[in-house]
Formats: sequence, C-alpha cells, structure tokens
Amino acid sequence: MGAAIDSAAIAVPVDYVLHLADNALVLGQRNAEWCGHGPVIEEDIALTNISLDLIGQARLLYQHAAALQGDGATEDSLAYFRDVGQFRNYTMLELPHHGPLAGTAAADRDYATTIARNFLYSVLALLQWEALAQSKDPQLAAIAAKSLKETRYHVRHARDWLVRLGDGTDESHARMQAAVDHLMPYTQEFWTKSPAESAAVANRTGADTATLRAAWDTEVDAAFAEATLKRPAAAGYVPRGKEGLHSEHLGYVLSEMQGLARQHPGATW
Amino acid sequence: MNAAVASAPASQAHGRVQRAWQVLETIPDPEIPVVSIRELGILREVNEVGGELEIVITPTYSGCPAMSQIEDDVRAALTASGIAAHVVTRLSPAWTTDWITPQAKDKLRAFGIAPPHSASEGSVVRFAPRAAKAATIACPHCGSSNTTETSHFGSTACKALYKCLDCLEPFDYFKPY
Repeated sequence: MGAAIDSAAIAVPVDYVLHLADNALVLGQRNAEWCGHGPVIEEDIALTNISLDLIGQARLLYQHAAALQGDGATEDSLAYFRDVGQFRNYTMLELPHHGPLAGTAAADRDYATTIARNFLYSVLALLQWEALAQSKDPQLAAIAAKSLKETRYHVRHARDWLVRLGDGTDESHARMQAAVDHLMPYTQEFWTKSPAESAAVANRTGADTATLRAAWDTEVDAAFAEATLKRPAAAGYVPRGKEGLHSEHLGYVLSEMQGLARQHPGATW
Repeated sequence: MNAAVASAPASQAHGRVQRAWQVLETIPDPEIPVVSIRELGILREVNEVGGELEIVITPTYSGCPAMSQIEDDVRAALTASGIAAHVVTRLSPAWTTDWITPQAKDKLRAFGIAPPHSASEGSVVRFAPRAAKAATIACPHCGSSNTTETSHFGSTACKALYKCLDCLEPFDYFKPY
C-alpha cells in the first residue's frame, strides 16, 4: 500500500474484525451442512450460494485482520488454528439446525430453525454493513460495501421463507413459531457491547448496534406480522459468544471445519 | 510525475499499457465464456507505476470461485506475451452489474442468460416485503415477459433461476448487484 494510505484512515481493532469474520464463517459453515441435504433442490442450491457469499466475506475480513495483526498471521491461521475460546461469533450462529429439544442426528435438522436464524441475523448484518460502509477504516468500508449487496439477497431469501412457512399450513406455522421462540433469546447478544465493539465504536471504525436496533425491530415486526407469527420476548440468559464464551456446539463445528488443516498443516493443492 | 519528462519514455509506457489492454481484454470469463472479463467490468485498469505495469481487477461476488481462475488467466496471458506486470485486486468501488457493457448484455441474452436490470434503479431493495412488485424479466429464448422466478439462487452466485411460462424453458437471470 504505502503511499496510497489515506491520512484520515484509522485502523480497526483486530478483535472487532475477527468478530465480523467469525460471524460470517460460522454461519457459512452451518448453512453449508445443508449441501446435498436440502428439502428441495432449489433450497439446497440457495443455501450453498449463501454459504459461499458468507465464506467469501469471511476470507476478506480474515485477510484484513491478518494484515493488521502481522506477526505471520494469515487468513488460514485465523480460520483453522484458533480454538473455541478465541472465536468471537454470536452464540446463535453456532447452534445446530434444530430446536432445543431435538436430538443430534442429521435427520432432526429443522428448516424452520435455519430460516429463522438466517432471517434474525441477516437483518442485523444488512444494517451493520450499511453502517460499516462509512467506517473510518477504508478496507473495512470496502468489504462492507461489497458484503451489503450480497446480504440483501440473504435477507430476501430468509424473509420469503419465514412468511411462506409462518403463513403456511398449521404444521409449518407451528414449527416456524417454535423456531423463533427458540432463537429470539439469543438475539439479546446483538445489543450488548463487547470490549472490541466499544473500542471500534470509539474510534469510529465500528458500527454501534444500539443505533441499529430500532430499524431491526421494525423489520422483524413487519415480517412477523406478515408471517402471522407472534414475536416472543427476548429474555433470560444473555449469551457472550462474541467474548469467547460459547455453547457446547461450537467445538463440534470447529473440529469438522478445522480437522483437515490441523491434520495436514501447511498443505496446499 | 513531472509533465516535462522526456516524451519518448512516456509514449513507450503508453505503448506498453495499450499492449497489455490488447492482451487482457479478450480473456473470457471462466464461467460465461461468451463475455470477456473487460466487458463484465472485472478488468478495471492498466497503470504504469514507477516503470512497472499494474493490472487492477475487482472481484464480483465475495466468494466467487472464478476469481482465482481469472487472476491466473490474467497472469498466464501476460507471461505468454512477455509483459512484466503485477496484478492488484481492488474492492472499492464495489463491482456492480451496471458496469457490464450493453454489447456484453446482448451476448448474455444470445447465450441464454437474461441480462441484469439496472442495480441503481431500485430493483435491489433494502428489505423486500412480499408485496413488492418484481421486475419483469424477459425470456432470453422467446422474448416473452410472461416469466416467473423459480429460485433467487441459481447455478452460480451471480444468477437466479427463472422459467418462461410461454415457451416453458427454464433460464438463468444475471441478478442486479
């Protein structure tokens, strides 16, 4: 870069970039579990496409984090060689594709849970990318402006299915309602501030989610009304995945995702 | 740069830039070979920086698997032509389907892919309530406007899947981005 660096540019805190990157990677990895198992072929392809976007966004963010961190860090070392306690994603994004009482077999995957999660998170992501396109960190602003275009399609996909299933049959309505009842408490984590977020907001490189909450509420209420779903209260334990305190599920996601890279460190093909 | 620098090296540099454009602008897109990477707006600039050529490309979708192939194709074409240059990937301003040239849109249509509507005319909205009227996408096979979306997501990240209700053929729609 050198001469091209803007004198007004401010570097974003690495931990904040990792929070954004881990959100994209972990949700991308979870959604990719539907590859080859989608309820219909169009949805199989849709979720694979959405995963591809999310993993692409994660790569750009990890590359930026690695450049800021220096010390030999690469996108691969950040994705494959950090452990559970070092991941900074929202807890909601690492949960399996089933409700709170289901077993663990793949057959228990519940598409309503997948859709509810993608909807609740993508609406926040869209608002966050809009705000981050104005970041004082020019590389983060550039990544945000790109990611925003992709996230609009993710919101549209999840919203369409939320309405179709919520306002569908008695069975699909009940399952969609159960999925949002299960996931809504996890959204409380969207509105608390981790130390990394506070630092990023303070130096105007990050987005303050508190300022996005009203728009998120409006969109969620509008979609739920159209889907004939009742908005459950978001109460109880407030998760702290973004500070590294995860559920028991993230370890399983990472062991599958990181296994190859850890068994063959430095492998290329 | 000083404008008073001798004109001979300047015109040599201009010649190198021109030659690089000629070599690179015919490189086809790996997924849609009827259009070139220049027509799609992926190949952005060829610059002379400190006596060296710099090729600027921009990614389409963040996760598009064709991007590394495109970068390899650019390097291979430069090497084959004996042009020394380095390739830079630039994210900003973000690529948009509005950069696809009108000629390329005609080629896409002839290839069976409906070209994208303008991304800046509100065809991409912030949140999309069900009531929003979808843009009319003409069938690239028979020209009918009587078409319906099968899925927002198609064979590649940049396309949606449509079906013509008149000729009954399925087709891809290049989504506004």
